[in-house]
Amino acid sequence: MNGVREHRLELLRQMLLIRRFEEKCAELYTQQKIRGFLHLYIGEEAVGVGVIQSLRPEDAIVSTYREHGHALARGISAGSVMAEMFGKQEGCSRGRGGSMHLFDARTHFYGGNAVVGGGLPVAVGLALADKMRNQPRVTCCFFGDGAVAEGEFHESMNLSALWKLPVLFVCENNRYAMGTRLDVSHSVTDLTKKAAAYCVPAAAVDGMDVLAVEEAARSAAEHVRSGEGPFFLECRTYRFRAHSMYDPELYRDKAEVEEWKKRDPIPALIRTLETNGTKVDADVADLERRVAKEIDEAIAFAEAGTWEPVEDLLRFVYSDKGSST
Amino acid sequence: MTYRDAIREAIRKALQADDRVFLMGEDVGRYGGCYAVSKGLLAEFGPERIRDTPLSESAFVGAGIGASLGGMRPIVEIMTCNFSLLALDQIVNNAATFLHMSGGQFNVPVVIRMATGGGRQLAAQHSHSLEGWYAHIPGIKVLAPATLEDAHGMLLTALRDPDPVLIFENALLYNMEGELAADAGPIEIDHARVRRPGRDISVITYGNSLWKALEAAKVLGEKGIEAEVVDLRTLRPLDDRTLVESVSRTHRALIVDEGWRSGGISAEVSARLMEQALYDLDAPVERLCGAEVPMPYAAHMEAAAIPQVATISAAVERVVASHG
Repeated sequence: MNGVREHRLELLRQMLLIRRFEEKCAELYTQQKIRGFLHLYIGEEAVGVGVIQSLRPEDAIVSTYREHGHALARGISAGSVMAEMFGKQEGCSRGRGGSMHLFDARTHFYGGNAVVGGGLPVAVGLALADKMRNQPRVTCCFFGDGAVAEGEFHESMNLSALWKLPVLFVCENNRYAMGTRLDVSHSVTDLTKKAAAYCVPAAAVDGMDVLAVEEAARSAAEHVRSGEGPFFLECRTYRFRAHSMYDPELYRDKAEVEEWKKRDPIPALIRTLETNGTKVDADVADLERRVAKEIDEAIAFAEAGTWEPVEDLLRFVYSDKGSST
Repeated sequence: MTYRDAIREAIRKALQADDRVFLMGEDVGRYGGCYAVSKGLLAEFGPERIRDTPLSESAFVGAGIGASLGGMRPIVEIMTCNFSLLALDQIVNNAATFLHMSGGQFNVPVVIRMATGGGRQLAAQHSHSLEGWYAHIPGIKVLAPATLEDAHGMLLTALRDPDPVLIFENALLYNMEGELAADAGPIEIDHARVRRPGRDISVITYGNSLWKALEAAKVLGEKGIEAEVVDLRTLRPLDDRTLVESVSRTHRALIVDEGWRSGGISAEVSARLMEQALYDLDAPVERLCGAEVPMPYAAHMEAAAIPQVATISAAVERVVASHG
């Protein structure tokens, strides 16, 4: 049982890291250390943390513009993510991407894509390459409920099912495409039906329960890894914060937000850890200390980072102009 | 051998030489390619490497991008450049940006081929020349082969390029007969080429318009006007040096392309000549471009909408006669 408890504490650590990291990001945004768009994952941590548990180091991830949580759960250092948001060249994309475009070759993290739906065809292609090269790899593709309305979703479902490609499609359904509620933009609101229409096996899971997400993702990833083709996992979740830092949230009731906050995945996991009278206060306090230290170090790293010289402006447009590849 | 055969030979060589190469697109397999470029390749290489796709331009172009990130060397065929607009998001927002957005971590070695150009009475959704648009975008390379040697060699070179390369094949050229050297291979894509030397004017063009310009130059030669014809070959990056050198010899320039005039590739070439060769010019640079109209169906109207031998000749005579 110790192994189980350790594992759950690790899940808790990851969710706490994402939560506290992003709370700090919001502060740093008001201090103008972070600029541009900043989309917070707060409330949705159980999805990224649970799903990424099902992946192996060699697996690929294609993500969205709300990807700080995915990046941290994947093991990209908090320092390089923070430095990226500061625009420093020590950032994981050398300051060329910012919050919406975190990339990391070491962990096969193929970026936050900020065109809704734009990552899905790329994930299909990564999986096609793996299949053609007989690489037993899974490509995990995160996207939101908004992307399900894009043509690229439907084209990608069809193509991946047709060619039996190893893609784990993870729909983070937080009920709003920016400010447009699911039932205002979809004629069919059960998103698993859309995957099923392409013969892509699908399941929906409570995205506020990290253990349920992990279990569902492991089963889905196993299906994908077995060569049976793609899987569509819908994680029903909720964004506690605004869409981005510019959003006055005119489109939803505060009461609705408060209702969902009662299902906050972090206290929920703590309650699970406490069942049978187990004490966890000391563990949580210890995790909070470790996470706070990691974030302090990340900010210090970002602050100490350097600006890329302006003379390098035209680098990374073409490989022969000084790129590393 | 035709231009079409030259492309097919290049695809065949690439498939034979490199396991990472595969071709995908609409009707490339069982149908043999809508312009028959890939005819016969399915039987030779099988459906894994000659891969028919659904009519999902965005998904299969995006899949080409993803497959190239995953270690393959895909050749993606789009039926016509008008249809490539359905994949514009993938080309502009992904293929052209990943290397940059990732700070140099992820290059995208995908090759995307498509047919371009008018002259076949296919009207306003199959006939446009959008290569000039694509040449606007940093992060991709844009090739426009006019000869068999280029159609064959540029594709092989594109497959060795670490970055996304778009190849525009003027559909009227597919049936063009010519010779391809037995040892033909990859060919450099960094330079424009003088296809016909001449002292009186530089006619700068590419694609099917090259052949019209050469024909016009022949006619003009009989009248004592010696036009130099320069084939751009690569629209991005442009080879400024060859253009400036040509104009510094001839002191006059006419730029010919089928694309729309406003904001087109000819405008870009013209601006560069102003910036880099103004004091070598004896007359204003002229452009002869596609008329600013969606391509009409009727033959006489379509012919009037794109540069022709007669209109090129007339423009050359006008520029040569003018004095600065």
